[in-house]
Amino acid sequence: MDFDKELDATNLNCPLPILRCKKGLSEINAAQVLKIMATDPGAVKDFQAFCKQTGHELLQLDEAEGVYTFYIKKHA
Amino acid sequence: MAKKLALIASKGTLDWAYPPFILASTAAALDYEVQIFFTFYGLTLLKKDLGDLKVSPLGNPAMPMPVPMPNLVQMLPGMESMATMMMKQKIATKGVASIEDLRNACIETGVKLIACQMTVDLFDFKKEDFIDDIEFGGAATFFEFAGESDVQLFI
Repeated sequence: MDFDKELDATNLNCPLPILRCKKGLSEINAAQVLKIMATDPGAVKDFQAFCKQTGHELLQLDEAEGVYTFYIKKHA
Repeated sequence: MAKKLALIASKGTLDWAYPPFILASTAAALDYEVQIFFTFYGLTLLKKDLGDLKVSPLGNPAMPMPVPMPNLVQMLPGMESMATMMMKQKIATKGVASIEDLRNACIETGVKLIACQMTVDLFDFKKEDFIDDIEFGGAATFFEFAGESDVQLFI
């Protein structure tokens, strides 16, 4: 999947992945896509909840060997 | 209009420093407007130097310990420092943020930090002991914001 910015939040625990994600989204334009990786298993639910509450769109979530990769499209 | 979160932080140990700063920084990331009112021992969390924060296993039977330890042993000199050191090691190895980092995240995202003026006077704290990014106020100041908040928590 195409993305405009990539962030590594692996080996970080709650709430750091969400805080990194928020900061990353503030550095891209509306409709651009942020790719962010996390290893905190709680991040799956947290990122879904984050997107639901802030209006950003969780385009895709991949899991491979304990690493969760989120693709988030910044809302308009 | 943005949702609002009002917190009271009343505890000043290393473990209890986490809930207010985690919730406040996360709420700010969720576009909440956030204020934390620091009162009594919570004021410690606004000091410039957070290195003094400690955790004590004494009187806390829920605290996980490497070996079971009766209260009588936990009150021996050095046990508190040891528990604090172990907790800090755990924090670092598990990728948990430091209190400094979380507090900075709060400040950077515009969380308003209010120190209880009464407690400052009561404990003879000095304004220069605290970080610069705070305001001083009383109970009425808290209610001005808490009264119109969506979530209010006492920690």
